[in-house]
Amino acid sequence: MTTRTAPGLSWRQRLTRADVKATPYALVAPYFILFAVFGLFPMVYTLYASMHAWKLGNPTREFVGLDNYTFLLTQYDRFNWSVLNTLGMFVMATIPQLVCALMVANALNKRLRRPMMWRMLVLAPIVTSVVAVGVIFARIWGEQYGMVNGFLEFIGLEGVNWQVGRLSSWFAISSMVDWRWMGYNALIYLAAMQTIPRNLYEAATVDGATARQQFWKITVPQLKPVIIFTVFVSSVGGMTLFVEPMMFGSGRLDGGANGQFQTTAMVLVDILRSHGNYGISAAAGWLLFLVIAVVAIINFLVVNRIQGNK
Amino acid sequence: MSTATAPSPLPPVPEAPEEQPARKRRKREVESGEGLFAPSMLTRLGLIGVALLSIFPLYWMIVIASRISSDASGFPPALIPGGNLGQNIQDALTNPEANLLLGLRNSLIITGTVTFSVVLISTLGGFAFAKLRFRGSKILMATVLFSMMVPLQQLGIVPLYMVMVELEWLDTLQAVILPFLVNGFGIFMMRQYVEQAVPDEIIEAARIDGASTIGIWWRIVLPALRPAMVVLGLLTFMLNWNEFLWPFMVLSNENPTIQIAIRQISTATWSADLSMIFTGTLISIIPIAILFVVFGRQIVSGIMEGSTK
Repeated sequence: MTTRTAPGLSWRQRLTRADVKATPYALVAPYFILFAVFGLFPMVYTLYASMHAWKLGNPTREFVGLDNYTFLLTQYDRFNWSVLNTLGMFVMATIPQLVCALMVANALNKRLRRPMMWRMLVLAPIVTSVVAVGVIFARIWGEQYGMVNGFLEFIGLEGVNWQVGRLSSWFAISSMVDWRWMGYNALIYLAAMQTIPRNLYEAATVDGATARQQFWKITVPQLKPVIIFTVFVSSVGGMTLFVEPMMFGSGRLDGGANGQFQTTAMVLVDILRSHGNYGISAAAGWLLFLVIAVVAIINFLVVNRIQGNK
Repeated sequence: MSTATAPSPLPPVPEAPEEQPARKRRKREVESGEGLFAPSMLTRLGLIGVALLSIFPLYWMIVIASRISSDASGFPPALIPGGNLGQNIQDALTNPEANLLLGLRNSLIITGTVTFSVVLISTLGGFAFAKLRFRGSKILMATVLFSMMVPLQQLGIVPLYMVMVELEWLDTLQAVILPFLVNGFGIFMMRQYVEQAVPDEIIEAARIDGASTIGIWWRIVLPALRPAMVVLGLLTFMLNWNEFLWPFMVLSNENPTIQIAIRQISTATWSADLSMIFTGTLISIIPIAILFVVFGRQIVSGIMEGSTK
């Protein structure tokens, strides 16, 4: 006599039951194992590293509490300036970018011939890698032979050394970000606009609302969730800006002679690569994360507020 | 570090092209003779202006890449391609210090491996989260969403770099590949798509017929997911081809990705030659440009579909 724990269940049925219970975990395991090793662990370990005096090639590490943080905030001027630079470039790039994207999306939402062609044209810059954008725009904004200065001199004005000034360098770098991302955001807005019921507009037209009024009173409020989404994505992207300013500064990490366009991500990488200081760069990473969180929350509140008053 | 590059977290992109309804709607409007969505002259001009601005820097790059260096300066700028493109490409590819061919090869290996892995692992996980019931699935899915929102790359770069130093993996391709093998966004996208594309009844029926979970994934889910896999593959390929920060941390100029090679060419003292720099940059864009021309419709739809979910 064979004893079975579950009488009536064949070997095959038990196998099926095990399959239903266990296989889901096997399916999600690859993601979570790799995420744990290369995402979660480094993030947590950064916190540990940030509280130690710890340098590349030096086996000893000493617990120093928050010293690395206070060093960055009170003694290493470049860090505080980099936060200002990053915030400045973020504002300078994001506001015009998203406003333009809204207007372009509104235009794309009209009845156009060959709509797909227009969408692809607007999206084309995304093809370009950030490095390539940097190469091209560094020449467009170049001091001596740049196209913009060529134009300024052509119409009788004086050329500008875009790299030297804080605001002028931010402006040039923002143009790179905007050029690459405006069309992408426009397509996201366009997708959301297409879901707005058309009878809202018909009713408004009957009531005598102009196209401009319809845009601000119907389109923009209806887009609120997606605007929040794009602002969030732009905040994270903008606050971790790295390649554009690096390429603008001839591939260097110092962000100009006075660090006038050095971003926080550049400071972090510079401390790590040029100085091999694990502890301080880890602290910079966590501070950057906190800044991003604060910026994201503020943006959320601002976008929510503006919309709410409409 | 499961999200890829800095300023480009992708929005959710659940499914394949779905142009039909919009087009139908538009047609109905025309029939009803409604002028509400007719573009004004100003709108048309504005769009043409935006399209020109989008294309001009790319066009100008081709112009300079097909000319000699000195043509890149002065105003008005050179606007018509010259006849040097072939020669410039040959010079750029054969320049021993530029490492362009090696960069292309490395980028293809890295991007190909990452794309394959992300798509495969995302279909597995997406299927499990969409259709299978298991304890803890809600918390695990919340973890995936969390990983999409946090800039893990900047936050985790220091320990990852330390690990690569310890393993003596600096300057190796596996150091670049490993952190990017999974992507929370991919799981999320595939979950959305499976939910819509695979009816529960089919899975139930297959179970009754004795199919295993893996068998269902292979024979039912994967075929249904094909359009979404194309879109996710395209977006992952573009994102990783253009990835810069992490390869820059761990690779050297002697064993670069194509992006690292371009940075090297554009900043090194030996290459003051602008047409060379622009030619190299052009070469670095060509693979993505080809994808964009061939699959542009899918890429546009993928970006648009994802954002409304």
